[in-house]
Amino acid sequence: MSGYYRWLGLPVEASGYAHSIDDGLLLIHAAMLAIFVLWGIFFAYLLIRYRRKDGVPAKRDSGHGGWGSLVPDFIVMAFEIGLIVLYAIPVWSRIKVDEPMGKVNTIDIVAQQFAWNVHYPGPDGKFGKTDPKLVSFTNPVGLDLKDPAAKDDIVLANEIHLPVGVPTLFNLSSLDVIHDFSIAPFRLKQDIVPGMMIPVWVTPTRIGTYELFCAQLCGFGHSLMHGRVIVESEKDYQAWLKSMAPAQAASQPANSANSF
Amino acid sequence: METNHHNQSWMKKYVFSTDHKTIGLQYMFTALSMLLIGFIFVMIMRWQIAFPYAPIPVLGRWLPARLAPNGVMTGAFYNSLGAMHGTIMVFFGIVPLAVGAFGNYIVPLQIGAPDMAFPRLNMLSYWLYLTASILLLSSFFLPGGAAQSGWTSYPPLADFNPGQTAWIVAMLFVITSSLLGAINFLTTIINMRAPGMTLWRMPVFVWSEFVASVLLLLAFPPMEAGGVLQLMDRVLHTSFFLPKEVMIFGVLYKGSGGGQPLLWQHLFWFLAHPEVYILVLPPIGIVAEIIANNTRRPLHGYKIIVSSMLFIGALSFVVWAHHMFLSGMSPILANFFLVTTMIISVPSVALLTCLIYSLHGGSIRFNTPMLYALAFLPMFGIGGLTGLPLGLTPTDIYLHDTYYVIGHFHYIVVTGSIMAMFGGLYYWFPKFFGRKMNDTLGQIHFWGSLICMNGIFFPMFITGMAGESRRLWVPTAQLHDLPVQHWNVVSSVSAWALFLFQLPFIYNFFHSLFHGEKTVENPWHATTLEWTCPSPPPHGNFTKPVRVYRGPYEYSLPGAHRDWIAQDIESEAAA
Repeated sequence: MSGYYRWLGLPVEASGYAHSIDDGLLLIHAAMLAIFVLWGIFFAYLLIRYRRKDGVPAKRDSGHGGWGSLVPDFIVMAFEIGLIVLYAIPVWSRIKVDEPMGKVNTIDIVAQQFAWNVHYPGPDGKFGKTDPKLVSFTNPVGLDLKDPAAKDDIVLANEIHLPVGVPTLFNLSSLDVIHDFSIAPFRLKQDIVPGMMIPVWVTPTRIGTYELFCAQLCGFGHSLMHGRVIVESEKDYQAWLKSMAPAQAASQPANSANSF
Repeated sequence: METNHHNQSWMKKYVFSTDHKTIGLQYMFTALSMLLIGFIFVMIMRWQIAFPYAPIPVLGRWLPARLAPNGVMTGAFYNSLGAMHGTIMVFFGIVPLAVGAFGNYIVPLQIGAPDMAFPRLNMLSYWLYLTASILLLSSFFLPGGAAQSGWTSYPPLADFNPGQTAWIVAMLFVITSSLLGAINFLTTIINMRAPGMTLWRMPVFVWSEFVASVLLLLAFPPMEAGGVLQLMDRVLHTSFFLPKEVMIFGVLYKGSGGGQPLLWQHLFWFLAHPEVYILVLPPIGIVAEIIANNTRRPLHGYKIIVSSMLFIGALSFVVWAHHMFLSGMSPILANFFLVTTMIISVPSVALLTCLIYSLHGGSIRFNTPMLYALAFLPMFGIGGLTGLPLGLTPTDIYLHDTYYVIGHFHYIVVTGSIMAMFGGLYYWFPKFFGRKMNDTLGQIHFWGSLICMNGIFFPMFITGMAGESRRLWVPTAQLHDLPVQHWNVVSSVSAWALFLFQLPFIYNFFHSLFHGEKTVENPWHATTLEWTCPSPPPHGNFTKPVRVYRGPYEYSLPGAHRDWIAQDIESEAAA
């Protein structure tokens, strides 16, 4: 994994919006460093300049009017307003509020202690009905096999295949407790709450294999709950889909014991 | 004050006492013990984080097989230690030390009161807290072990994990204790001030306890209600936090459903964010007292400091959901909390700026308490600055739930609050016991702690930036964390070294208690009222009626023949 980290120690950028998050991190850390260094110099100066000396009494008045010390506040406030208006709200809205336009690849993610079930609609593009009452060891997402749309669905455990350059919409749900769908190179993170279906999208931009992991404490096996995200070219992706489709009328069991 | 209090029995004087000073010390000993226990828990955890699956040395042989078979801790035991560490440090360590111990002992003295407004209620607060502490620690011996759902206890996990019932009951006790304490503090500060002690003459420390008490009083009830609801989910099988059709260990739960897991998070964080300011404001008050005393000049911007505290207190009730940007709540709602979070940083900057400006023109004495107060400033600065990328929504997407968050809030509460309270201990020790702590040992403790604390928490920014999640029993299981695993080792080694540097403190504390150098009533030449009564103060505190004539920090007044004038001195010439 050499070359995986840039100077700020961040993983490689592998999604459409990763750079806008990284730009923010870079800018804020540069500002933080500048504030801390300037401030540290002033602090050190005060400590040396005003150390106790015999015969030199303290001055009650620091020579700055009380309100003069609020100047750093106004600078910080202006910087923060700028960050909110020009950076935070627009970028957040683009990532979390807006939905992608045009051709979208939709995948259902069903999390459970301690595995990821990945549900593709298959060639017909329609998800089969699911029902939690049907969930079993061999049918981890509770697919209703009587539904015709379910016949060609693909269900995988701990492995996601994605075509590069195509926006992908994940519908996140959980069978048991709160999990968190997290892929660091995509700068993607979203809690999954049982009882809710939470959409989250990403456009993979870089071919490769990345790690999917749970970022919200979900029990004793939390740290073992991870999987693979394989981003491949459109051609390879279609080939993979074909290879899966015929055999996948029934589903593949998700195994709590991780096989990553 | 009735005089017969002076010859009470030993039990009445030291155990079932209603004297705020005894209760303050009881709080102090209990809270310091709890801090040590919480620290020991995390030292055990850090072994697993640094060397996953390696048997724990020494201790591993003594742990029962259900917690650590062959000395290797299980995931459940790791989670128990994690949940207990967080709960103990926040609710049973820092808050009782900051409010219960320092607040109880110092506030009545600083406002010139003979005791708290409700001495019996005060005693009840302490005993509820002690009960809660014992209950919480004994939960390790319950079947299934102690709570293991994190100190945040998010349902549905917390609704089904073992140990959680004991956790909730202990929390209900400690919350009740805090609520009674808060009412007591507010009444005392509002009603019991000595003649002449106007609000704008109160020391900053009293103001900080005042604001912290308001926060305790208003923020804890929703959490207490939440705790009761969670208890009902567990014991009576209600579904306040459970949606329809939730699975428990692969089996469909038969409860009615229809609840909402996010409701708990709102109730919890509505408390737990103001809680952060309860952890931070009294230590800032302590730092302000020490800085004013050791620069020999009045605090810069006393009114700005107090206004900032009040502003922070009010605003801290509308920032809670910045812990929940990625929780599944509406992303549009996040914008509101983003804005309030940025606003609350403004008074925080004002507080720090005023404290630094207070050094300007001073005559700085570098004694042990002052070293702690000074170290607080840059360390708290790092903690505050690293809050910025977490408070901004887009960057939080990446950093949320990583070690970066852990580094951030430990800089606030450990290198910030705990350092400040160590300073407070060295500063008020002569008042507590009439003896001074040893300076050389104090300096060894200071430098060792400062370096080790940074050694623990700075690497967390690096691992967090690399994307490493918090609460990982086996960090090396996730391949993307492997390149930064050596930083976890650095953190762990620093944590164990930090423990070694606490030994001089523990020795110093107990040795000085009995053999320390005897001091006079005002060894630091300070101006606030607690220094005008004997050390330690007798029952009833003040030997003569108190009247206040001036502000809290009358240092280096031109024309006066010494550089300090206590608050109860009428004319400058008399000084």
